[in-house]
Amino acid sequence: MSDSRLAPGRATKWIILLAVVAIFLVPIVSMLLFTLRSGEGGYGLGHWLGLGDPANAGKYRPIWTGLGNSLALAVVTVAIVLVLLAPTMILVTLRFPRLRRPFEFLCLLPISIPAIVLVVGLTPIYLTIGRSVGTGVWTLAFAYGVTVLPYAYRAIQSSIDAVDVKTLAEAARSLGAGWLTVLVRVLAPNLRGGLLAASLISIAVVLGEFTIASLLNRQNLQTALFLVSRQDPYVAVALALLALLFAFLLLLVIGRFGAGAKALAGKKNPTN
Amino acid sequence: MTVATAESATAGAELPARPRRRPSLAVAGLLPFTAYVAIFLGLPTVLAVASGLFTDDGAFTADNFAALGDPVILQGFWNSGWLSFVTAAVGAIVGALVCYAMLGFRHDGRVRSLIDAASGVLAQFGGVMLAFAFIATLGLQGLVTLFLRDAFGIDLYADGAWIYELPGLVLPYIYFQVPLMVITFLPAMTGLKPQWAEANLTLGGTRRSFWFRIGFPVLAPSFFASFLLLFANAFSSYATAAALSSQGSPIIPLQIRTALTSETVLGRENLAGALAFGMILVMAVVMGLYALVQRRAARWQS
Repeated sequence: MSDSRLAPGRATKWIILLAVVAIFLVPIVSMLLFTLRSGEGGYGLGHWLGLGDPANAGKYRPIWTGLGNSLALAVVTVAIVLVLLAPTMILVTLRFPRLRRPFEFLCLLPISIPAIVLVVGLTPIYLTIGRSVGTGVWTLAFAYGVTVLPYAYRAIQSSIDAVDVKTLAEAARSLGAGWLTVLVRVLAPNLRGGLLAASLISIAVVLGEFTIASLLNRQNLQTALFLVSRQDPYVAVALALLALLFAFLLLLVIGRFGAGAKALAGKKNPTN
Repeated sequence: MTVATAESATAGAELPARPRRRPSLAVAGLLPFTAYVAIFLGLPTVLAVASGLFTDDGAFTADNFAALGDPVILQGFWNSGWLSFVTAAVGAIVGALVCYAMLGFRHDGRVRSLIDAASGVLAQFGGVMLAFAFIATLGLQGLVTLFLRDAFGIDLYADGAWIYELPGLVLPYIYFQVPLMVITFLPAMTGLKPQWAEANLTLGGTRRSFWFRIGFPVLAPSFFASFLLLFANAFSSYATAAALSSQGSPIIPLQIRTALTSETVLGRENLAGALAFGMILVMAVVMGLYALVQRRAARWQS
């Protein structure tokens, strides 16, 4: 598909790519080497091995707590995306096509409202929530649902655009399916690419969130990493590397999934 | 009066048989999400701005907004704007170059999906972990710092530890701006039609004339739109700066942190609200411009 008239020359493209990749690898390599430093100026695996050492368990406890909290937050956030956002998007597509633009605007709005601004307004709201529902960390997921809204919206919408939702829903309805059946057994499987991508990107965003948790005094993975880095920077950096690797693999899976779906669509539609 | 209401009530009970009842049910379906967004997006935004506009007693005051004219805060806005502009410009240019290189690779190939995934990760990388990365690289004991010192005798920090101050934010910010540019600009770049290049050749044009007469003009709106998005991204970024500079508040998000965590700054209450309002104003202008430019950019994308 690469067109020789538009595309850069073989040498040019590799030079640009390799130069940028090399520069971007420097901080990653620095992190890796940093974790391999041992006390006496040499290198060793000491800090990585110390991760599993029970003697350090107390020191690293905030990280496991934070990781647990972040995973719980990720689950609740994904639930918000799948149970609240996705059905509403389908409803808008089926019944209120005119609301599509305003709805899109609403969903993309959080991009233009910085998290730090939201925090200023969320502080009193979470005081109220703390009094009525409790100060459980999972309540933060309501705020995270808003932060992931633009990403989740884009992922799901591209899936909705690719599938003829209307015909599918009408066909299922005329065969006697109730709305819940239509939603869960007909539309959800057809939109699974978008739903999966939306869930994975939400997980990635939640695992990386620092601003809201830190200013509302809740513990999550990032605030714990920050805390532990004050005592043991080596371990904090090692865990940051692992988190980075995890996110990279996650997005690679999304990308492969998307490419697979596109390739499939291309096969079905030979004019493409 | 009572008769009329009774009549309309019975009419209302009889009428909804066909056309009315189902739409109202569908409208009810919109309610949960609308309520959610109202409580967790609308309300916080309004509260943030209102807390700058009103005193704790509920009386209206413009007092806090006078704070926006304070030299420290003006300097903060200037620093934020300057930092966002520089990193967005560098990020946009380097990112566009990467997109250009990507034209040479198959769109479903391995290189492309690796770059896609890496861009996705690194664009979200900002924050505590990015701060760690740059401390490990350019910190006082960082890899590059030590390398420059041992190999070339260059002392990066002869003038002080600038990595923990405003200039130290430039490189980390560029580190998440470039991948964001790749994500936002690549669709426009791949939207360039090979037919245009062919038409250009048929009409006797060269590769150079293609880029200057067709490529750049067609891509310019998308490029500018992406630049604005990068600017907004840097302007609203908090976590990286918060993790890197624990003392001093050179940029507005950090000044909001200070205002939130300490009771009174500059002798004013609710300063955070006023600062948040200032940020929203800037973001509204930038995103408004973005929407305008994006509309123009969409003309060439199908």
